[in-house]
Amino acid sequence: MTIFTFTALVASVSFLAGLLGSLTGLGGGVVLVPLLTILFHVDIRYAIGASLVSVIATSSGSAAAYIKEGFSNIRIGMVLEIATTTGALAGAYLATWIPTVALAIIFGVMMIYSAFVSRRVRPPEQRNLPPDPLATRLRLNGSFPDLEGRRRYNVQRVRTGFSLMFGAGALSGMLGIGSGALKVLAMDQAMQIPFKVSTTTSNFMIGVTAAASAGIYLSRGYIDPGLAMPVMLGVLAGSFLGSRILVKAETRKLRVVFAVVILVLGLQMLYKGIWGHI
Amino acid sequence: MTTPASAPEPNGSAGPTPAAPVNAATARTTRPPAPSWSDHRIEVMLAKVLRFGVIASSAVVLCGAVIYLAFHGAQPANYRVFQGEPSDFRTIPGIFHAALHARGRGLIQLGLLLLISTPITRVLFSVAGFLLEHDRLYVICTVIVLAVLLYSLLGSGLLL
Repeated sequence: MTIFTFTALVASVSFLAGLLGSLTGLGGGVVLVPLLTILFHVDIRYAIGASLVSVIATSSGSAAAYIKEGFSNIRIGMVLEIATTTGALAGAYLATWIPTVALAIIFGVMMIYSAFVSRRVRPPEQRNLPPDPLATRLRLNGSFPDLEGRRRYNVQRVRTGFSLMFGAGALSGMLGIGSGALKVLAMDQAMQIPFKVSTTTSNFMIGVTAAASAGIYLSRGYIDPGLAMPVMLGVLAGSFLGSRILVKAETRKLRVVFAVVILVLGLQMLYKGIWGHI
Repeated sequence: MTTPASAPEPNGSAGPTPAAPVNAATARTTRPPAPSWSDHRIEVMLAKVLRFGVIASSAVVLCGAVIYLAFHGAQPANYRVFQGEPSDFRTIPGIFHAALHARGRGLIQLGLLLLISTPITRVLFSVAGFLLEHDRLYVICTVIVLAVLLYSLLGSGLLL
C-alpha cells in the first residue's frame, strides 16, 4: 500500500468514526485504536498517539460550541481537571512501560464496559438534594437553563467523584481515549450532576486531560505525523458534520448499532491481546 | 456559578448585570471592574481561544499534509513495526527546525504541537479570568492544572 492510499483510507475510516461518535454521543476515539490496529495493522502505540491527538481536536472544537449554551460549569471542570490531568500523566507513563499485549487487554475490557454503559437506562434525576459541604466550600453548585427557567443543582460526593476522575484520567492517558464511560460513573452517578451539565463539562475537560498525556507521547516518539494527520483531520471533519446533522437525525437506532460495533471491536481487542497477536 | 443569574436571558448575550446602569459612563466610575467578570464571560472567552486553536492547527496540519503527500505519496506505508519517531519529530526545537525547512512531516508535527497547546492556552486564560474575578481559591486550582500540563509538555524531554 502506498502512503497516499493509506492516508486516504485512514482519513475515511476516521471520518466515519468521528461522524458516528458525535451522532451517538459515544465518542469516536474508542473505536479508532482497534480499527487502526485490526484493520490497518498499525502498532498499538502509534494508534494510541494518533487517537489522543484527535480527542484533543474534537473536544476543543465542540467545547467551543457548547459553552455558549450555558450548560457547562467551569468550576466543576477546573477542580476535576486536577484529578484527570495527574491521572493522565500517570496513565501515559504506565503506557510507555507496560507491554502492548496488556494495553490491548485493558482496551478490550474498557470497550466492552463502554458498550454496556451506553445501553443502560439512566436512573431518574434526584432533585433538591442537600449539597456536599465540600461542594459548597468550592462553590460547585450551580444552575442551568431548563424549560421552566434556570434550574439549580447541588453537587454530591465530591471526594468520590474526584477519585473516580483520577481513574478516568489514567485510562485516557493510557489508551488515548476520552473515557466518557468512566465520567458517567463519576459525574452522573457519584456527584449527581444533571446530565446536560456533566456532558458538556466533561467534554470541556477531555481536551485538557488529553493534552496532559500528549506531551509525554510526543516526546516518547509515539505520535507519528503521517498517521496522526489523516486521523485528526478525518475525525474532526466527521464530528463537525455530525454535530450539524444531529438535530435532524434519529439517533436511537444508530446508538444501538454503534454500541454493537464497540462491543465486537472490544471482544476482538481482548482476543488479540490474550493470544498475543497484537 | 456564584453570580446570581438574572432571570430571563433571551439570547444568553451579556453576563448577569446586577442593576441596569442608567448610563455607561457613570456605571464605569461607580462600579469596580471585578463584578463584570462573570463565569460566563470567562467561558465565552475560552470558547474563542479553543476555536482559534483548532482552526489554526488544522490549517497547519493540512499544509503539511499537502507537502508530505506530494513528496512521499507514492512510497510504501509501514506502521506495523514500532520504531519511535526521530528526534526531529519528538522535541520542540526539532519540530520547529523541520517545519522551518518546509518539510511536510515537520509542518504536520508543528500543527499537532499547536493543537496540544490549545487546551493549555485555555487553562492559561482561565487563570487570568479567575484573577480578574478575584477568586483566589480557583486561581490556585487552575495554576495546579497548568503546572501539570507544562510539566508534561516541557518536563518530559521535549526541550532536548
